[in-house]
Amino acid sequence: MIAVIDYGMGNLRSVQKALEVAGARTKVTSCPEDLDKCDKIVFPGVGAFGDAMKELDRLGLIEPLRDAIFDGKPFLGLCLGMQLLFEKSEEAPGVEGLCVLRGDVKRFRGIGLKVPHMGWNNIRKKPGAEILKGVPSGAYMYFVHSYYVKPRDKDAMLTSTDYGINFVSGICKCNVYGLQFHPEKSQALGLKILENFVKL
Amino acid sequence: MLTKRIIPCLDIKDGRVVKGVNFINLRDAGDAVENARFYDKEGADELVFLDITASHEKRKTTIELVNKVAESIFLPFTVGGGIRTIDDIRNLLMAGCDKVSINTAAVKDPQFVKKAARRFGSQCIVVAIDAKCKMNTRKTKKWEVFINGGRTPTGIDAVAWAKKMHLFGAGEILLTSMDYDGTKEGYDIELTRAISEAVDIPVIASGGAGTLDHLYEALTDGKADAVLAASIFHYREYSVRDTKNYLKKKGVAVRL
Repeated sequence: MIAVIDYGMGNLRSVQKALEVAGARTKVTSCPEDLDKCDKIVFPGVGAFGDAMKELDRLGLIEPLRDAIFDGKPFLGLCLGMQLLFEKSEEAPGVEGLCVLRGDVKRFRGIGLKVPHMGWNNIRKKPGAEILKGVPSGAYMYFVHSYYVKPRDKDAMLTSTDYGINFVSGICKCNVYGLQFHPEKSQALGLKILENFVKL
Repeated sequence: MLTKRIIPCLDIKDGRVVKGVNFINLRDAGDAVENARFYDKEGADELVFLDITASHEKRKTTIELVNKVAESIFLPFTVGGGIRTIDDIRNLLMAGCDKVSINTAAVKDPQFVKKAARRFGSQCIVVAIDAKCKMNTRKTKKWEVFINGGRTPTGIDAVAWAKKMHLFGAGEILLTSMDYDGTKEGYDIELTRAISEAVDIPVIASGGAGTLDHLYEALTDGKADAVLAASIFHYREYSVRDTKNYLKKKGVAVRL
């Protein structure tokens, strides 16, 4: 079973539906015990960095999430769900993230382009990643975000994307995956990534 | 590279897709879910649903419809029309749309946009602007914001309004030219450019598409980030794929 983490900020049906189409059994949950029982975790981020950490804290999910990740459970963070894996974000100064990965989250600034970065853009992929099997480098994915991650560990990069600057649009470190774009909104190639994650 | 978006727009009335000329004379253009599936397959980049259902009771039909559409496509989509409260937004987002488009309610209470953006994030708050050209004494072009489906003038300048909405947290502007809407004579390029240059958030041009060249003009001269069109797609005058091939040949970055 894949636990889809719900911290009450939005509709997770599209993520859940996409995972089901990709062949998974899912449970949308905000219950710490489910993180113990599940085989994998998908963490779709909705809203802002500070609010999200506050809600995770209120629901008692921070430590169970970190434990599950450090126990080696395959984990996929989407959009803000990837950003929260890092130490801090310019969106919420002073708020500590999940600190699973080293690095921080920055706002697009001075790039001479519109923010949010909204629409379809290419991903350039690091060769060999299982989760991107069948997804060509240069594939278009749907993005909508104003902040991007800057991992300290350069090897954590899974995909990169150009938007004024070249930023890390996907990460992969051991059992931890993160995507800045929305695979659940990116038609067939997005579903392919989720299917790969389900099969891991 | 970020591509320009091609967005079919579906005007919804009591669960059906309709299309009018200059905001009136509605013609039936089919079932909403079927239309959504069709455009998803054709490679549309997003979909917009504008609910023009007049009565409040029938809006429940819209929620059900949004839900059905959300279950059938893997594509971002926006719903607008008659959104007045935070609860309206919540209900629509919970039904499965990705963004909501706010028009009249934003003019009546600009703080509503601020509250909505704070609560749900700017990325899902689209402010729709219906604008009509009016010459001022110096004969320079100005555009006035209209509300209530284009029936009520507000005296507000469209460019100033777009800037304010950006400041209040709108994540995107959906700009419709009332002068051109339904005419098939092309988008209002001057208006589109004026708004697009005034804000740092994406602008979707709407109203007036009749040929593929019109879309090209809005995306280049008009500096729009996306183009919205209804009738040229509904009546199968052009397919989304034809449109993208055409734009690509002319050097516009599109997702194929």
